[in-house]
Amino acid sequence: MSHILVADGVSKKFGNHTALSNISLEIPKNCIYGLLGPNGAGKTTLIRIINQISFPDTGKVYFDGEALASHHIAAIGYLPEERGLYKSMKVGEQALYLAQLKGLSKAEAKKRLKYWFDRFEIGDWWNKKIQELSKGMAQKIQFIVTVLHKPKLLIFDEPFSGFDPINANKIKDEILALKEQGTSIIFSTHRMESVEELCEYITLIHESEKLLDGKLSDIKKAYKNNVFNVSLQTEENAENILNSINGDFQITNSVYNIEEKQFDFTVQLPSDNTSAILSKLASLGNINQFNETIPSANDIFIQTVKSKTV
Amino acid sequence: MAKVRNKSFVIMTFLSPILMVGMIVLIAFLTEVNDSEKRIVVVLNESDYFSNEFNSTASVSYIKFRDINLEQARDSTISIGYYGLLHIPKEDSLEKVASAAFLYTKENPTSYILERLERIFENRLRQERLQKIGVSSEEFAAIEKNFEIHTATFKGEENVKGLNMMKAFVGGAFGYLIMMFIIIYGGFVMRSVIEEKTSRIIEVIISSVKPFQLMLGKIIGTSLAGLTQFAIWIFSASLLLVVALLLLDIDLGVMASNPAISANPMLNMPTPQESEMEFWAKEFFNLPLLLLLGSFIVYFILGYLIYSSIYAAIGAAVDNETDTQQFIFPIILPLMLAIYVGFFSVFNNPHGPIAVGFSLFPLTSPIVMLMRLPGGIGEGGVPLWQLLTSIILLIITFLGIVWLAAKIYRVGILMYGKKPTYRELFKWLKY
Repeated sequence: MSHILVADGVSKKFGNHTALSNISLEIPKNCIYGLLGPNGAGKTTLIRIINQISFPDTGKVYFDGEALASHHIAAIGYLPEERGLYKSMKVGEQALYLAQLKGLSKAEAKKRLKYWFDRFEIGDWWNKKIQELSKGMAQKIQFIVTVLHKPKLLIFDEPFSGFDPINANKIKDEILALKEQGTSIIFSTHRMESVEELCEYITLIHESEKLLDGKLSDIKKAYKNNVFNVSLQTEENAENILNSINGDFQITNSVYNIEEKQFDFTVQLPSDNTSAILSKLASLGNINQFNETIPSANDIFIQTVKSKTV
Repeated sequence: MAKVRNKSFVIMTFLSPILMVGMIVLIAFLTEVNDSEKRIVVVLNESDYFSNEFNSTASVSYIKFRDINLEQARDSTISIGYYGLLHIPKEDSLEKVASAAFLYTKENPTSYILERLERIFENRLRQERLQKIGVSSEEFAAIEKNFEIHTATFKGEENVKGLNMMKAFVGGAFGYLIMMFIIIYGGFVMRSVIEEKTSRIIEVIISSVKPFQLMLGKIIGTSLAGLTQFAIWIFSASLLLVVALLLLDIDLGVMASNPAISANPMLNMPTPQESEMEFWAKEFFNLPLLLLLGSFIVYFILGYLIYSSIYAAIGAAVDNETDTQQFIFPIILPLMLAIYVGFFSVFNNPHGPIAVGFSLFPLTSPIVMLMRLPGGIGEGGVPLWQLLTSIILLIITFLGIVWLAAKIYRVGILMYGKKPTYRELFKWLKY
């Protein structure tokens, strides 16, 4: 099996509230997987089921080909959305304690912690108390603790909340490095734009149901609508250009910059064939820019939700 | 875990015995100081009925004024600064004298002095009335003798009055200890759960260990920490107490005997302290100590486990400590009930229906049963079946409560921002 995690028809109810209904998904090994959806969609419930914090009412979860069992916990690293540390405990002690909970020996945990502390250049924090650290600093410790036991599967719930852009990038790089080492990674977030560039696969969850899943590039291909952004350097009158193109293609959002003699617009093509418009544009002036607008995960999500509810 | 290494915990562990002993020493010291102030009461006796009834004691002495009138006596009492002036006017009968007598003081007189003076009058009046019906003063003195009934068990061993008191004292102390421990360390467990919840570390931890394991670990860990603390306290407190008493030469007897009731034991009844101590020590070793200690440990562990699981569930259900009140009250209630039932009912009749009932009911049995147990097991004590039944009931309750608490705990630790009602808690049980 090339899947690190497979969920098969997982449902979960809390009283009358349905948190997950019949969710199935397959997460390939060694990829970055985005679990996307608005707040309250059921992402966290699903993650808690994967972490065996709660258990599905129906359905099964398989980890690395085996039915999920308690010993798999040591192979999963989880950074919850609601995260924190013991405030009055020292950084080093606490990291050691949490690492030992994951089954590492004290000596091994110490060695790996030293490696990570050096990597983040925070070696002098060892004897500080968490309450002396800033929120961002504490989050770094938490990240280290999450990845310390070298899990096969890493789960990050809203990973970049609480980080400033510089540290968010640093964490992003670390996550990519871990992926290079063969780790599978799940991102769960409602801020879809924040992980879009990282994820190879995504699942969209909305109101406890799966809307769509698959390879992000495939999804985008399916959702693109032949809209192109054009930037044209031209001496011609803008009105003339508009008229000459508008006959065959539909132009929106046109802006003409007189000083730069630049005409920017968006055009809707009838198909993905671009040769007709390109030859037309070439005859009118110099094409500075011609690119397809690829829908963002956000757009796709909104579009799907709309089409489902209408 | 984190608690034990906390500085304040360590400090309190070693400081509390010192504080405790300090308090006791301070109280003893203050009592002595308070007592040692000698008050002087001036007696202006114009009647024929009182002559040598006013005998000075350690804390009150009397000065008799003669042949001056009330005005003068009052002025001189004030100018010298004596405590008060007792005026006994001249009347033709003792009854009239007594009702016309007045005590003048600067401020409200202390109850001790009042009682002493009243007793002098009462004694005199009783003597007078008895004389009227033909009882001489010698006969009166003979009547006044104290009486103590001698008791023995059917087995024939001579019983001493002290034993029942000793039993009550030891049983009460054990019961009280359990209650205190449950309240203090149950609170620890609860606060520790709330801390993990509010600091949001809980989800990190339960992705590594099962919530049930975490809860039990916390309860057991806290109880061991608490036991260690208790052991240190008891050991060092008793050590310090002995040292302090030796150093300061303060007599606990001063504190034990309420001066208002007993007519100053130091002077009037020169009982040698050693023999009394020996008597208590002997009584103490007459108790079924091994049984007591063994059952103390059993009841203590089971009772603590039951209550602290409830505390853990409460901690998991709420977001902060202020919300705990509505849930804590129902826990404290059976504990208080047990203590009161123990003190008011069990001591009077250790094997009556109420005592038996409460010593079987699991939420009160750890305390009440320990109050009954100093009487021993079997004949004349707690029947063996009752002891076993209560332990078995406790174990069953323990399993049930831990199971329920674990369910509430599992759901509660991940619930934020809601102040749950009992109904919601009930719903959580079904998740």
